[in-house]
Amino acid sequence: MGFLDIKKATKTYGTVRVLHETDISVEEGEFLVLVGPSGCGKSTLLNMIAGLEDVTSGEIAIRGRRMNDVRPAERNIAMVFQSYALYPNMNVAQNMAFGLEMHGVPKAERDKAVSEVAELLQITQLLNRKPGQLSGGQRQRVAMGRALVRQPDVFLFDEPLSNLDAKLRVDMRTEIKKLHQKLKTTIVYVTHDQIEALTLSTRIAVMFGGYVQQLGTPKEIYDNPANMFVAGFMGSPSMNLFPAKVGMENGEAVARISLHDGETATLPFASGNAMAVHDGREIVLGIRPEAITDEDGADRNSKAIHKLESAVEVTEPAGSDTFVVTQLGGKEVTARFRADVEVKPGDRFPFAVNMEKAVAFDPETEMRISG
Amino acid sequence: MATAAATTNAGAGATQVIRTGAGSRYVIYTLLILFCLYYLLPLYVMVVNSLKPLSEIQAGGMMALPDALTFAPWASAWSSAQVGVEATGLRPYFLNSILMVVPAVAISTVLGALNGYVLTKWRFRGDTIVFGLLLFGCFIPFQMVLIPMARMLGLMGIAGTVPGLIFVHLVYGIGFSTLYFRNYYQQFPTELVRAAMIDGAGFFTIFRRIMLPSSGPIAVVCVIWQFTNIWNDFLFGASFSDFDSQPMTVALNNLVQSSTGVKEYNVHFAGAIMAALPTLLVYIVAGRFFVRGLMAGSVKG
Ligand SMILES: Nc1ncnc2c1ncn2[C@@H]1O[C@H](COP(=O)(O)OP(=O)(O)OP(=O)(O)O)[C@@H](O)[C@H]1O
Ligand SMILES: [Mg+2]
Repeated sequence: MGFLDIKKATKTYGTVRVLHETDISVEEGEFLVLVGPSGCGKSTLLNMIAGLEDVTSGEIAIRGRRMNDVRPAERNIAMVFQSYALYPNMNVAQNMAFGLEMHGVPKAERDKAVSEVAELLQITQLLNRKPGQLSGGQRQRVAMGRALVRQPDVFLFDEPLSNLDAKLRVDMRTEIKKLHQKLKTTIVYVTHDQIEALTLSTRIAVMFGGYVQQLGTPKEIYDNPANMFVAGFMGSPSMNLFPAKVGMENGEAVARISLHDGETATLPFASGNAMAVHDGREIVLGIRPEAITDEDGADRNSKAIHKLESAVEVTEPAGSDTFVVTQLGGKEVTARFRADVEVKPGDRFPFAVNMEKAVAFDPETEMRISG
Repeated sequence: MATAAATTNAGAGATQVIRTGAGSRYVIYTLLILFCLYYLLPLYVMVVNSLKPLSEIQAGGMMALPDALTFAPWASAWSSAQVGVEATGLRPYFLNSILMVVPAVAISTVLGALNGYVLTKWRFRGDTIVFGLLLFGCFIPFQMVLIPMARMLGLMGIAGTVPGLIFVHLVYGIGFSTLYFRNYYQQFPTELVRAAMIDGAGFFTIFRRIMLPSSGPIAVVCVIWQFTNIWNDFLFGASFSDFDSQPMTVALNNLVQSSTGVKEYNVHFAGAIMAALPTLLVYIVAGRFFVRGLMAGSVKG
């Protein structure tokens, strides 16, 4: 049993089930990120933890206590909203103290808690301002401050950074991460930004269509996606997914990939002969851009670098790297080259594929094929 | 801030007009002044004639300024003129109106705010139907409810009393005030309410500490609307009041009707101004918020 337990929780609006049976157990001090595209049910799940939405069936428990019928105020949680939701008629200090006041904390204690948190977040000079007089980033801090003063068991964040500009978002991301490392509170954080998910979390739940598609550490999610949705959603640029066929060559399982010009490339699977049982099967091969490189840029620690030649269609220089687009199995595939490699559209060029990082999916079920 | 913006806008407009030519500016101002005079003329006639002795009016000088300035018609209208059967002046009826309008406006505004809060932030099954019925209530013609209402007031034992009138105006007023507040609160971010819920605030605390402090503009609109309607109402006042609970409008009518012999026009004019004064005052005090409130609603929603 964890610190925060979500057991077989579902949510139905009328006849529409927006959250299917979900089981997540969060340990104390964990940073769980719920990530997924718009409408997948992330906010719904978060609001259920907060008590702002009823649980249709199943259970939500914090510290072993069933919370389904406990009012939000008594769950000892704090929430940071996407719009910050600062009370417009109160100044920053009053905003931060409101929760304590509602819980009957005496004035002197409230003031002390507020000034401590204000110091931590470096917003002491803003305490007397109204929310309308703050910049977006300052509002964000105040919203976090308001959550922090309560010293809750669980922090809930609903897309707290999505209203900030790109640079500030990165800064605040780092700040939230630092804050978590310092305070070690349990956090559930909703975002649709997979980079935020990967950088902040200790664990990620990838959601889609009301289902948790995969729950795991950032590394597990990134390296071993459970299905094609997770593979495509996590990572930027996203994982290349293209059709291939399993075959046998010299007693080794290989992937046969049709190239642009009608030829076929053959890449041996790194997993020894685990794929041999799938001989003759059509699969979808998933390889991340950084595992398809120019020859010199290939990972030197990998024992399964294989070459294939293909025609370059587009090159996209991105400063530190150049992304090169080619076609494999009839699909556009992005490779990540070092920036100084000379490569032009139209060239036939040798690509180095790191098969240790390749994963295979069933084209029908879209699920991972072990191997 | 809105006023500041408005004045700068007006300034910008004026400079533009100057650029397009001083001539057109004079035309515009002349027209505006003419319209202004046209609208102010009745008020002028009322004020001027309420300050004259009756003989001057009878001599046919309706438009002339008073020769002999007198406040006697005002004093008479206020405290000694014949209203119906008694010569009490309008004073007791003015008090009746105040006693009726203040609670009716206050209660209907507060209830409207509460209704709007519930209908937008604590939604329940069938809430749109409830709101629909309230709206429907706004548009039932007054005449239709006269007889059922008389029966209701009788059953409740408040027929012919000021509380009875308050009740009638409340019933009619709540529909409108709910409409105003519901539409206003619809724009009010629900996340604020949710944040307050998590902070531990209950139903009424959220209403008082979070919603009400942001409701100034719409409250003013609602108060002005209710005040004007209830103060100026004649039909309910005439139908549901007794001699001792008549509101100002009904008393004014009686004042004008009950003069025996010569019609004391100067007293009538003074009484009519008295009846109009409170609404005028409310507009002057709260009017700029009225425009602001209406605009806030229209821009957002
Ligand atoms: N009150 C409601 N009634 C009916 N359906 C709802 C209601 N609230 C949400 N939904 C539906 O539930 C689904 C999940 O909504 P939710 O707000 O959890 O999405 P989300 O993952 O947070 O998306 P976003 O990233 O856009 O915020 C959506 O399809 C939405 O249309
Ligand atoms: Mg959401």
